[in-house]
Amino acid sequence: MPFEIETVGDVVVVAVVGQLEVGNRQEFKQSILDEVERGARRILIDFSKTGYVDSSGLGALVSLNKRLREAGGELRLAALNEDMRTLFELTRLDTLFRLYVNRAEALAQF
Amino acid sequence: MSVNDGSASVTILRREWTIRSNVGHIEPLVSEVVSLCLEAGLSQRACRLNIPVALTEALSNAIVCGNHEDESRSVSARFELNASSLTLEVTDDGNGFDASTVNYSPADSDWLERENGRGLFLMRSLMDLVEMQRPTCDRHGHTVRLVLKRA
Repeated sequence: MPFEIETVGDVVVVAVVGQLEVGNRQEFKQSILDEVERGARRILIDFSKTGYVDSSGLGALVSLNKRLREAGGELRLAALNEDMRTLFELTRLDTLFRLYVNRAEALAQF
Repeated sequence: MSVNDGSASVTILRREWTIRSNVGHIEPLVSEVVSLCLEAGLSQRACRLNIPVALTEALSNAIVCGNHEDESRSVSARFELNASSLTLEVTDDGNGFDASTVNYSPADSDWLERENGRGLFLMRSLMDLVEMQRPTCDRHGHTVRLVLKRA
């Protein structure tokens, strides 16, 4: 399964296993939109098990961030490896999202 | 494959693939290309970031924009690695586009809110050269060529 979803307190944590790219971005997006429909407002994406993210994956994150904001919630990201950090810096998306070193730090500060 | 150019022996590795226009075929092909690059000694960084992301963008554009995900149409990919550079070419059945008119960048006011439009920017950022060849009367399909120089 490319995504592992669990709830920690009132935070829904979604771990991306493998790549987040054009082939699975719709499934990823829909999984989180379903959580938002069920009332989730705090979503944390855990990239500790992720290889790479392409522009479709980045686009899905941007879209979900917008949807969460409109619903009064927030999307945060954790455990980006060095390459993914570079990707976020290149695209300046590091200025859009709150990035945390790991899941524990993100949960502690949510 | 070993090629002797008269002065030095240059190793050239070439591969070609043809896939149906389904985005589900992208990740396995990218994974195979990355494995070839790792075996050939390209940097870990290039194999984790530059190559998989840029190639995924090229294949995605070809399948989604070029062939409109029509599985009766195919996309071909060509890989060539020599002592100085890696070249990846992706060809679809479409008419292509004028890449010089597509210049989305982080400087755009709506960049951070836009869901799409970062693919070409990423290819240009992660590779040393990105070229487009539109179809002509002599050549079928639209090709994107990605070149990454070896360190």
